Amino acid sequence: MIDWSGYLTLILEGALVTLQLTVMGSALALVMAFLAGLGRLSRFFVVRALATTYIEFFRGTSIFVQLFWVYFVLPFAGLTLTPLQAGVLALGLNVGAYAAEVVRGAVKAVGREQTEACVALNLSRYQRMRHVILPQALPLMLPTFCNNAIELLKGTAVVSLISLTDLTFQAQVVRAQTGNTLIPFTTILILYFAMAWAISIGMRWLERRMSRSLDGVRT
Amino acid sequence: MEWDWEFVWQIMPTLLEGFKITILATVLGAAVAAVLGLAIAIARRSPVTAISRTVGFICEFIRGTPLLVQLYFIFYVLPDIGIRLPPLVAGVIGIGLHYATYTAEVYRAGIENVPRGQWEAAKAANLTTRQAWIHVVLPQAVPPMIPALANYFIAMFKETPLLSAITVLELMNQAKSIANSNYRYIEPMTLVGVFFLAVSLVSVVGLRWLEERYARMDD
Repeated sequence: MIDWSGYLTLILEGALVTLQLTVMGSALALVMAFLAGLGRLSRFFVVRALATTYIEFFRGTSIFVQLFWVYFVLPFAGLTLTPLQAGVLALGLNVGAYAAEVVRGAVKAVGREQTEACVALNLSRYQRMRHVILPQALPLMLPTFCNNAIELLKGTAVVSLISLTDLTFQAQVVRAQTGNTLIPFTTILILYFAMAWAISIGMRWLERRMSRSLDGVRT
Repeated sequence: MEWDWEFVWQIMPTLLEGFKITILATVLGAAVAAVLGLAIAIARRSPVTAISRTVGFICEFIRGTPLLVQLYFIFYVLPDIGIRLPPLVAGVIGIGLHYATYTAEVYRAGIENVPRGQWEAAKAANLTTRQAWIHVVLPQAVPPMIPALANYFIAMFKETPLLSAITVLELMNQAKSIANSNYRYIEPMTLVGVFFLAVSLVSVVGLRWLEERYARMDD
């Protein structure tokens, strides 16, 4: 009889690492999404070109390749990262590129008359973005951001391949030590699913809160 | 460490060999996803709630958990119950199944876009359900979805490096083994990135063409 309680602790520790990666990666992705998404709408050609290159590059190659590149190639350029840093960097940059397109789409979806009204009211570009466009664009972004966050959560499994002790890695450890495959893998599948579920519930709540303040604004 | 072109030409044949497997896995996976996705979409529309609910939940579960863990599950757990699959087959099933849950949504949207009148006309012309699907609904539903499906197949191509985790000798795995035996990471890892980026950029052009060709929903 195998003593499962010890292994369960191991898996829960892995869940903590996965959670950490998801939260930190999402934070980085959010920053990158707004930087690159708004960058693509910039008046300056250089900013637009930079943002487009970033987005196309990170959407064109897979997260797996990017992660390995960050972890194995960057050290030769003199930048050595811990697996956790490499994971957060790769995940954040990758998902950020996808989310940037969401930001761009949502900002463009806000009606032209809003921009014209801002110009008529003599608001500065910053004021226009901050007080008029973004408050209306945010609720449009949230449902897709939710999907992006779940994609990021799923992406974290890949970091186990650069020896970060996340859920998937711990399941492999348990498999190697007990020889049992069904229990560890089923456990982590359920844990991942529970986390994805939690993300979508949280996002739905956020969406309700954010669109509440817009009641009556949009017809 | 410097970039070495000599080394690049030396490892190119091995990488190309891996690239062939990558393409093979993508094509087979796409076929599985295309067929299975349609089956899922039809099952989710089943009038029997037990079927539609169960299939719906399974889809949600597959979409909420990482592909890597699913691949491990297929590769490590199934042999315990007597199903022993070669790595490539396990990989194709895993990746095909995962993306089938996404393509199912595309099919669903396409099928729902077929006007109700078409169903009623099929019924009035005394076609059986099977005939209505094959001769009336699907021919109208499929062409507009081709660009969206192609989009998922490109995404799938980018996910194939995950197959290296279950010992499929595709591009990423070849690159890793070259890197490990020569202890040179820059060239193989960068080349993998270049390969993927090149194919993605070309396929984006192809996708634009498909969109122009098929995505006119209005006529």
